[in-house]
Amino acid sequence: MSKLQNPPEEVRPSTRMSGVGRVLVTVYGVLALAATGRSFVQIVSKFDEAPLAYALSALAAVVYIVATIALVRPGVVWYRVAWATIVFEFMGVIVVGALSVMMPDLFPHDTVWSGFGRGYLYIPLVLPVLGMWWLATHRPAAPGSSSARPAAGPAGEGAA
Amino acid sequence: MIEWFTWVQLAVAVAAGVLCLVLGLAGRVPSDLTIGALALVEVLLVVQLVVAILAPAFGNEPTGSLLEFYTYLVSALLLPPAAAFWALLERNRWSTVVLGVAALAVGVMVYRMLQIWTVQSA
Repeated sequence: MSKLQNPPEEVRPSTRMSGVGRVLVTVYGVLALAATGRSFVQIVSKFDEAPLAYALSALAAVVYIVATIALVRPGVVWYRVAWATIVFEFMGVIVVGALSVMMPDLFPHDTVWSGFGRGYLYIPLVLPVLGMWWLATHRPAAPGSSSARPAAGPAGEGAA
Repeated sequence: MIEWFTWVQLAVAVAAGVLCLVLGLAGRVPSDLTIGALALVEVLLVVQLVVAILAPAFGNEPTGSLLEFYTYLVSALLLPPAAAFWALLERNRWSTVVLGVAALAVGVMVYRMLQIWTVQSA
């Protein structure tokens, strides 16, 4: 936020976040906003109707928000957070999507993931794949964004 | 909600989105044209907000959930400024694509708003 005159190392912009990555983050941001908005409406107006589905909606919204932030933030820790959240949402869209198609009774109310993200132009299904591809091809350049350098860091990094 | 106005707004958002996507993929950095297109989308959203606030006083009531309608409208209002900020941190072709994605997302939201107001529980 605040622009320092001599930015220390950890304030450097992430190498992960430039070019087409910005588009990816934009789509993630939009999806996070959409999921949050839907979940807000569901919880405020009709939480009692389907607490499980709507709690799941809220969880999905939080995960999309964290994934968006994690994609933007530099460093190894956020890189792992990005992996974890994106894998989680991929599992979510597959599992909930499959359940909502095979056992519609279980999910009478729509979530972001119902019907494999049908209500959101299947973006929730496609996006995690693109996200994982992006993460796999954009490993953090240096282990640790600051002086706290993990000892076992560089082993895997150089091979890629 | 004024239906024809909403259709115009939808058309503008989609046109702005396609324009930005095409110019971005063609390698153009954000210009007055693409930023202006997104600004127009935002202005129309503000007009829509004013219309939505006034409409019920003139007997123009939404058929669907007003809460849901306003959630979409407020989210849509946030998108163009956020996207412009995000895009201009690094000006290159992808910045223009980002503007296009935002405009198209606004288009989808406007369409949902139209449905909520006119047909959701009609």
